[in-house]
Amino acid sequence: MRGRIDEEGKSVGKFLAAIGVLVLALAGCAGQSSTSSGGTASGDTIKVGILHSLSGTMAISEVTVKNAELLAIEEINAAGGVLGKKIQPIVEDGASDWPTFAEKATKLIAQDHVATVFGGWTSASRKAMLPVFEKRKALLWYPVQYEGLESSPYIFYTGATTNQQIVPGLDYLKEQGKKKLFLVGSDYVFPRTANKIIKAYAAANGMEILGEEYTPLGHTEYSTLVNKIVEAKPDAVFNTLNGDSNVAFFKQLKSTGITAAQMPVMSVSVAEEEVTGIGVDNIAGQLVAWNYYQTTETPENQKFVAAFKAKYGAAKVTSDPMEAGYNAVYLWAEAVKKAGTAEVEAVKKAAGGIALARPEGLVTIDGENQHMYKTARIGVIQPDGQIKEVWNSGKPIKPDPYLKTYSWAGGLV
Amino acid sequence: MEGLVNQLPIGLSIGAVLLLIALGLTFTFGQMGVINMAHGEFIMAGAYTAYLLQDQPGGFLGSLVVAFVVAGLMGLILERLAIRHFYGRPLDTLLLTWGVSLVLQQAARDLFGAPNVQVASPSWLRGSLGILPYNRLFIMALAALSVVAIWLYLNRGAQGRRMRAVMQNRQLAAVMGINTGRVDQRTFFIGSGLAGIAGVALTLIGPVGPTLGTYYIVDAFLVVVAGGLGQLRGAVLAAVALGLLNSYAEFWTNASLAKVIVFAAIIGFLQYRPQGLFVLRSRALT
Repeated sequence: MRGRIDEEGKSVGKFLAAIGVLVLALAGCAGQSSTSSGGTASGDTIKVGILHSLSGTMAISEVTVKNAELLAIEEINAAGGVLGKKIQPIVEDGASDWPTFAEKATKLIAQDHVATVFGGWTSASRKAMLPVFEKRKALLWYPVQYEGLESSPYIFYTGATTNQQIVPGLDYLKEQGKKKLFLVGSDYVFPRTANKIIKAYAAANGMEILGEEYTPLGHTEYSTLVNKIVEAKPDAVFNTLNGDSNVAFFKQLKSTGITAAQMPVMSVSVAEEEVTGIGVDNIAGQLVAWNYYQTTETPENQKFVAAFKAKYGAAKVTSDPMEAGYNAVYLWAEAVKKAGTAEVEAVKKAAGGIALARPEGLVTIDGENQHMYKTARIGVIQPDGQIKEVWNSGKPIKPDPYLKTYSWAGGLV
Repeated sequence: MEGLVNQLPIGLSIGAVLLLIALGLTFTFGQMGVINMAHGEFIMAGAYTAYLLQDQPGGFLGSLVVAFVVAGLMGLILERLAIRHFYGRPLDTLLLTWGVSLVLQQAARDLFGAPNVQVASPSWLRGSLGILPYNRLFIMALAALSVVAIWLYLNRGAQGRRMRAVMQNRQLAAVMGINTGRVDQRTFFIGSGLAGIAGVALTLIGPVGPTLGTYYIVDAFLVVVAGGLGQLRGAVLAAVALGLLNSYAEFWTNASLAKVIVFAAIIGFLQYRPQGLFVLRSRALT
């Protein structure tokens, strides 16, 4: 009995000592992070964070972007790294949960002292991370098309903003004589803002919006929605659903016998990767709007596709967000080289005007709003699961996240 | 107007989906009182079984049988290794099975990858009858068939009788010489197996990925709770009622609000009838 008390006494002591060590360690971290505002390059490596959902409903999409970013880091390291240093990725899981993104971003910045973070997919995750990066003056590269109306000084947006994807998508539908649209989206910030823009565009261009419906993320029951669409008889559907919901939507739309020829669906969140999960039978012939397809014909793309397949398997496909994530690493590395340091403010200053030939074509960083000049491309999903380009904008479009150059968009901002 | 009429068969087909995912739970939760959060992952196991067997002879219908066995065995293993040590401790069981569900999701991610996989629906299920596709009709038929099979099992055989005896009064059943442990195993096997069947059916209309189970688990519990624990007819009635409510609520409002309305209706209903639609009357003292 006596011995046991002693044991307990000892373990309590150990416990207190452990807490003491922990507190000291934390204090040390806090002190360090306040002196080094990111951009620490210790020894012969530069640490960067990779923060995507590796679990939960968004993992289906985000894991592939993580893979593309890791491939870019590997390639840059194989070519000698940046400033003679190897890039060391630290991968964190945002778990499809927005507060987790903010928490993991804080961890990467304050604890790991990464020079920059590549991450996010949903706008909700970006909005959750934005205050973290602004407060700590750290850098985020966000690789997915989004709803625009944002331009944080601490975020570089390598995916399309609305005037490089949604507006060209609408232009294409108008050109095809589709005047009555039905809007379907997941219930969060991207689809709701995108649909606001679509409605403003429609009002100015003589198009009619017959319905606007939202479903919760992860929703899988679409028979009622399909019935509503059938009843409204639109010329086309504009689809801003995200994640697994697309699978359920297209399966259930197809099984009621509605074909792409009768009523095309234009999607902005369905790329090559999602086509596999939806089942190509269910989606062949439908339209998508992006800036890059696996079939895009550039020498850089041939190299990218070959390298990706070599690393992750011949059956893997490449898609727009993956390419945008892959680009983000290269663009950041280029800016670091130009700045001569990985320090955040210097990198930001150096980034403006950097132009690189990427798989999607020429990409130029707009120094003012930190978005990219990108070429818009409309594609049709083929029976083999690939996407065939049917229209492109001819040249990279200047990013305009606030749609300032479009007269009909006046009331949106 | 046509849309309004169409919502009736749509509501029934939503009800059939709800019933199919909840049937297994009427056994494990309803009969045994085990809050099995991993039930959704047994559904997922069924869906992946259909994925693996889609090119095999026997194809889709064969995978229904195999999925029943696969999910059933997974349930049996879970019951033997873990759950049986936690009988009568519902909160611990909830935590335990929640953990198991996370492990199974990650296992699926490691085995099959994070992206959804494609399960081609058999050619004889392509096409539609009015607004109702053949695959929805198939799910309705499958749900009806499962209910009949379960009813026969529970009411017409010795095994079903033992199962009901254990459910009504465990101690008395044990005293009468029934091996309650074995009955528990069998109940859990069947309940989990039914989840596997639901998983195969869901490949026709929904995504097939590691998180598939999480989309259906809450709805499955709602049906069982609203129907009354361990009540087959309660589950059937609750599933159909919730399906119709969901269908019309979404038709008149939208998907997000329809979910709220369904939840509110269930909460309101449980205030009025905390035991659910039907109550098991027994002479047990508990």
